[in-house]
Amino acid sequence: MLQQAFNGLVGGAFYALLALGLSVIFGMLGVVNFAHGSFYMLGAFGAYVLLDSFGVDFWVALAAVPLVLGVAGVAVERLFVRRLTGLDPLYGFLFTFGLALILQDAVKHEYGVQSQPYPRPPALSGSLDLGLFDYPAYQVFVLVVSVLVCAATWLLLTRTRIGVIVRAATERPELTRALGIDVGRWVAPVFGFGIALAGLAGVLAAPMRAVNPLMGADLIITVFAVVVIGGLGSIFGSVAAGFGIGLVSALGNLYVPALSQTLVFIVMAAVLLWRPAGLFGREEAAL
Amino acid sequence: MIISRLAARPIPLLTGLLIALILPWMIYPPVALDIACWALFAAAVDLLLGFTGLLPFGHAAFWGGSAYVTGLIALHAGLPFPVAVLGGAAAAALLAVPIGYLSARLRGIYFAMVTLAFAQVVYFVANQWRGLTGGENGLQGIPRDLFGIDLSDPFFFYYAGLPFVLAGLLAAWRVVRSPFGRVLVAVRDNPARAQALGYPVARYKLLAFVLSAGLSGLAGGLFAIGHGFASLDEVYWTTSGQVVMMVVLGGIGTLWGGAFGAALIVELNDYLATAGFQEIGLVTGTIFVIIVLVFRRGVWGTVRDALRARAARAVPAPGPDPGTPHDETPGTPTAPADEVPTRPAR
Repeated sequence: MLQQAFNGLVGGAFYALLALGLSVIFGMLGVVNFAHGSFYMLGAFGAYVLLDSFGVDFWVALAAVPLVLGVAGVAVERLFVRRLTGLDPLYGFLFTFGLALILQDAVKHEYGVQSQPYPRPPALSGSLDLGLFDYPAYQVFVLVVSVLVCAATWLLLTRTRIGVIVRAATERPELTRALGIDVGRWVAPVFGFGIALAGLAGVLAAPMRAVNPLMGADLIITVFAVVVIGGLGSIFGSVAAGFGIGLVSALGNLYVPALSQTLVFIVMAAVLLWRPAGLFGREEAAL
Repeated sequence: MIISRLAARPIPLLTGLLIALILPWMIYPPVALDIACWALFAAAVDLLLGFTGLLPFGHAAFWGGSAYVTGLIALHAGLPFPVAVLGGAAAAALLAVPIGYLSARLRGIYFAMVTLAFAQVVYFVANQWRGLTGGENGLQGIPRDLFGIDLSDPFFFYYAGLPFVLAGLLAAWRVVRSPFGRVLVAVRDNPARAQALGYPVARYKLLAFVLSAGLSGLAGGLFAIGHGFASLDEVYWTTSGQVVMMVVLGGIGTLWGGAFGAALIVELNDYLATAGFQEIGLVTGTIFVIIVLVFRRGVWGTVRDALRARAARAVPAPGPDPGTPHDETPGTPTAPADEVPTRPAR
């Protein structure tokens, strides 16, 4: 039971990282990034390719892959997503859907649909004694990294000047611009940052989940439900809902296994009935 | 009323009918049926995307849900296929009531995400309920019974199925041209004002959602009968995305444009599959990205605008009649539908 709860938190760590990236991007651009799952998948494949073809180990990949994907995200924003600003945000959603199809099938074309093996880093291959039970060290590491990254993002947004600008641009873009702040300058970096978070989640997933081209596709729909529950655009809501849903699904899996995949959507339906804008969302955003 | 409206523009109408009738002579008949089914599916989605301003990203639930129900009725009750297809459509409309109730209150991107999430539930249920749906194998050997008439030749089945598609398209067109359809456009353009004028916006959206789901179910049921099987592909999110792609490709808010999108995508899929190319998403995704970036009016939208521009040059300053503006160009909405009107993101 306690161990299952811990499994849930580890699963939630991935939801939280992905939901956080989605929320940051949505807040700044008003675009829901359908390709987020594909960038997560690219993160895992990046780690796999680095190890398999170049012998680069997990620790380097953990830093390098998110960095490269972040830069790729900046390029995607500059080259494509920027052209859609001012239009209905649905076009951004449709664009990233097309991008997701391309990325997913490009990787499928190269590596096929079978899962690629990725070993755990040797330093984390053992298990940790958590007092009540033994737990794989790698899973503990994932949880710690996720919590640290979420907390760091929170501090970045609330305690630094950059964070203040980004939050202001998120809440009231016109007013922020009127105060003489160049909002446009921050759009691409924020998009890249969100993509980098997805890439980081992907690298973290490589040693414990199957690395295959479809790994992001189904996950992203669950993450959509997570951000709807937390409130789209709400940083705190996304992270809280991410860990919460991870916990709920793991415990649900224990008691009603038949509902393991659908439980998150049932929670979403209940939240929509009660608070259509999500638990921590602002009403004006959704209705 | 319907007849006179249709008769007001005989040439495009007759051309469309003629193409629908000779299609199985020109291309492989099963592909022709696929195009007809997807065309109706696309029109049903455009009813929401183009005329209500909602992007449904989970319509696979209704297309695929109906495919399963249709297949089950035909397999186990032994009823003729029209009954099975209508049963599937009714089931899809019924399924749309709770989903629509929960999602139609939301707008914009929220609506798209939530419908996608609910469709995923339908997918998981179909995947897990193996006793009923056959799980990964799908429902196989769905019969095409019509009072003992042999419809096993896809060429003949195309003509047996076509009336359903045409009836569905006519219904979609009728909805768009009706007072109800005008209210939907008002809801799309300015929900707050429509509400202030006394229209229960949420109820209109829900009704549009259910109608759209029912028509999608009609298309999906026919598709299942035509193929003789219903599989998990039908309820997967790629199906939801593909139909939206067809609508955007043809032109949002054009209703008939989706038929072009359907023809292009189905033909392309068939060509690539025949050529042994597995990663169809590489091609369709690229096309989709290009369309969203530079060709947002779609094929039909572009053609229509060009025709309108020519008509405007030929007749100097015609000045649209404010009383019956939509009668000038039947089959198209009054509002310039080249782009979904911009709503504030937040």
